[in-house]
Amino acid sequence: MNGLALFWRRYRRNRGAVAGAATLALVVVAALVGPLLYPVDPFDMVGRPSQPPFGRFPLGTDVAGRDVLAGILNGARISLVIGILASLAATLLGVLVGAIAGYYGGRIDDMLMRVTEFFLTIPSFVLAVVVVAIFQPTVMTVTCAIAIVSWPSVARLARGEFIAQRDREYVKGCRAIGMPDWEIILLQIMPNALPPVIVVSSLMVATAILTESGLSFLGLGDPNLVSWGYMIGVARTVLRTAWWMAAIPGAMILVTVLAINLVGEGLNDALNPKLRRR
Amino acid sequence: MRQASLLFLVRRLVQVVPVVLAIAAVNFFLLRMAPGDVADILAGQMGHATLEFTQQLRREFGLDQPVYMQFFYYIGKLLTLDLGRSHLQQAPVIDLILDRLPATVILMLTSILIAIAVGIVLGVAAARREGRLADTLVSVTALVVYATPAFWLGLMLIVLFSIQLDLLPSGGMYQIGAGRTGLAHALDVAKHLVLPSVTLGLFYVAIYTRLMRASMLEVYGLEFITTARAKGLSETTIAWTHALRNALLPVVTLAGVQFGHLLGGSILVETVFAWPGLGRLVFDALLQRDLNLLLGILFVSSVVVVFANLAVDLIYGLLDPRIVHK
Amino acid sequence: MTAPMPPVLAVEGLSVEFRTARGVVRAVDDLSFTIGEGETVAIVGESGSGKSTAAMAMLRLIADPPGRIVAGSIRLDGQELLTLDDASLRRVRGRQIAMIFQDPMMALNPIYTIERQIGEVLRLHLGVGRAEAFAQTVELLRLVGVPAPEDRARQYPHNLSGGMRQRVMIAMALACRPRLLIADEPTTALDVTVQAQVLELIQELKTRLGMAVLLITHDLGVVAETAHRVIVMYTGGKVEEATAGQLFADPRHPYTQGLLQAAKWEESDGVELREIPGTVPSPFAMPTGCSFAPRCAAVVPRCQTDRPALTEILPGRPVRCFVAQGAAR
Repeated sequence: MNGLALFWRRYRRNRGAVAGAATLALVVVAALVGPLLYPVDPFDMVGRPSQPPFGRFPLGTDVAGRDVLAGILNGARISLVIGILASLAATLLGVLVGAIAGYYGGRIDDMLMRVTEFFLTIPSFVLAVVVVAIFQPTVMTVTCAIAIVSWPSVARLARGEFIAQRDREYVKGCRAIGMPDWEIILLQIMPNALPPVIVVSSLMVATAILTESGLSFLGLGDPNLVSWGYMIGVARTVLRTAWWMAAIPGAMILVTVLAINLVGEGLNDALNPKLRRR
Repeated sequence: MRQASLLFLVRRLVQVVPVVLAIAAVNFFLLRMAPGDVADILAGQMGHATLEFTQQLRREFGLDQPVYMQFFYYIGKLLTLDLGRSHLQQAPVIDLILDRLPATVILMLTSILIAIAVGIVLGVAAARREGRLADTLVSVTALVVYATPAFWLGLMLIVLFSIQLDLLPSGGMYQIGAGRTGLAHALDVAKHLVLPSVTLGLFYVAIYTRLMRASMLEVYGLEFITTARAKGLSETTIAWTHALRNALLPVVTLAGVQFGHLLGGSILVETVFAWPGLGRLVFDALLQRDLNLLLGILFVSSVVVVFANLAVDLIYGLLDPRIVHK
Repeated sequence: MTAPMPPVLAVEGLSVEFRTARGVVRAVDDLSFTIGEGETVAIVGESGSGKSTAAMAMLRLIADPPGRIVAGSIRLDGQELLTLDDASLRRVRGRQIAMIFQDPMMALNPIYTIERQIGEVLRLHLGVGRAEAFAQTVELLRLVGVPAPEDRARQYPHNLSGGMRQRVMIAMALACRPRLLIADEPTTALDVTVQAQVLELIQELKTRLGMAVLLITHDLGVVAETAHRVIVMYTGGKVEEATAGQLFADPRHPYTQGLLQAAKWEESDGVELREIPGTVPSPFAMPTGCSFAPRCAAVVPRCQTDRPALTEILPGRPVRCFVAQGAAR
């Protein structure tokens, strides 16, 4: 309780982070209850195509006469779900690799870091495109593809934290009493290594949402679900006559990603007060 | 000293080898995972290839052999730049890629150079005015740009500068049918390059600005800056010589890491602006479900990024005299 | 007694404040002193005494914010420095007043050659060309005893040893034959054997070039070897001033006595370091009376309540201590 209060006091100091949290909360609420309060199927043709906003439909209709607001609300779900799942998966994989590399060091570390660097080097978006194209676009494959290209940065960070912790007295103590390695890694070191990892993985949600929107813009989104990137891709063809159709979902991406980044910075201030960036 | 540099170059070149092999391995793995018959994918004709041709590919790629032998065959093929065929244009994949690579390289280089130049200027300016209005403005703008999807930004720039203001072309690399040559052609390309490179570069402007600012502030805390002041140098001279060159070092390191990312962004931006590069080729390959072409692009672009990183390492060596002795 | 020469540097009533999150701190308080031609004046004191801040204030090198010179006057050959505009100030820096720092590795820019860094001063202040700057740089390096100066000039700081680097710093400082050299702990970061060489070099060049030297140090050994006059600082203020001979023979302020005692012990074997008991008080919690009172062995009740003024107990011997002043009465 006390820790939470302290956390909030530090977090609150960053005004941008508070605004970001409020905005993000709005997006989350829109994603959760929006489609319930506005129960329009985003794939239904509800009216004349390419109607401007603030007419019969709050945000107008797209090229196929589909309700844009319904698309935005449903798209928020996809963006958040994929963003969070991909970030979680990448964090799990990254922490696993980083923890093993950092804790054991030596040859294992060398090998794992080679792999990590390799994934950092190759063009991640191209890899994601190829993976999704080969395995067919579904929420599952898109999430996996994004996770596959995102984990290396977590791994590097987690490794650094584990290296910093592994020779501390308390770790030596645990080893001396014969605690198994997995227990030291998971229960002893992990809690200490986690704060910076949490910051990075929260920022990764933002990157994942951007990547997802790029993929679905290229037509690599789940064909049964509407996403913001897909909506922009569709609106591209009528850019000359109905620019707002592309502008609206893009603005949603921008606002959501910005909010997440602000929250990430606030978390950084609150969780890593020693590492305060200038 | 020169000998040391040469040694450094050779060592880095040797380090490239396993990376390229690993890229090939990833490619091979993805090829095996792809649905359908490997020979069909390689033939690039989605089942329409003649039996004779697929048989030939089977032999060339050793597909009748055990998997590990297939791997060696595949690597051998990749190293001789034989990436199979594309059914998109009935041409060898490598030819298609090499045809499009220059346009992508032009776009990437222009964008990154703009980004580095603008990022340095803004970052230095912000650092020198730390905490003041200009600094805050730069930081907030960077944060917003950082959150903007590049492909969407491109579309919005088209709306503004091509459709509304009619100032710049909305797509393509040059005006088709105009038949310009020489300087006129170059200018035409430059004009077509403005929007795509700004779109692609802006994100990196944000990154470099933030990085440059942080890096400059760090360098400003170092003692040799006080020495420079004590020597009587002006703040402007100090910022652009003593501070900047030191502050650049971490930024250059990052530029290397960014190349892979830049190439990904390039794919989206090229799609938006119909820029005839690799990205456009990716889009076409996706439309046609041409997996072999996609794999080829992944391989070549990875190799390009690896060598770009190598180049950055060498530049770093030029910037930091301490590096050779390490 | 020789005829009084006009001082090269005259500092009067200098006060420097730092604005921090916890309030305003006075780092230098009402400091006055002069340095004559060819004279070496040392400012000694523990860390936190304000001696380095005072040195930085001479060239107005204190970062603002948080620091600020709030009062006083600094005159170089009669010219007031505190009211100079930026451009005129830059013509004083590096040309009339030069400075060397504690750690030459940190004070030199790692990515520029020695030639570039020394030549920069020459080209800036003397307006010489590239080739001339190089020639003069080599001459300067030779002057400060850097062997193979042509080769060294083309090298980077990391190619040189610590002692060589400090020689380079000195060469850089001397490039324009300044009137005043400020040396802030010039030997602290160096090996013991090199320390003596560097001090000797500064002394020798001072005589040869006829400049004044302001030496900032915590090391009384250094003071004994080089300084004519010594200013002892504590918590931002001068507590005692004397010629080096007088100070070592007859220290009057209990703080000076403590410093000398500590230095003697250090010199003798260094096994049992005798330090002045206690620590420098926090600038946020200054005692109301004499700031040294909490650590002073000779403390009397009045020290707790009143702040002693700096009074001459003998001609040319100001001391800020009730006890010492009483003894002199």
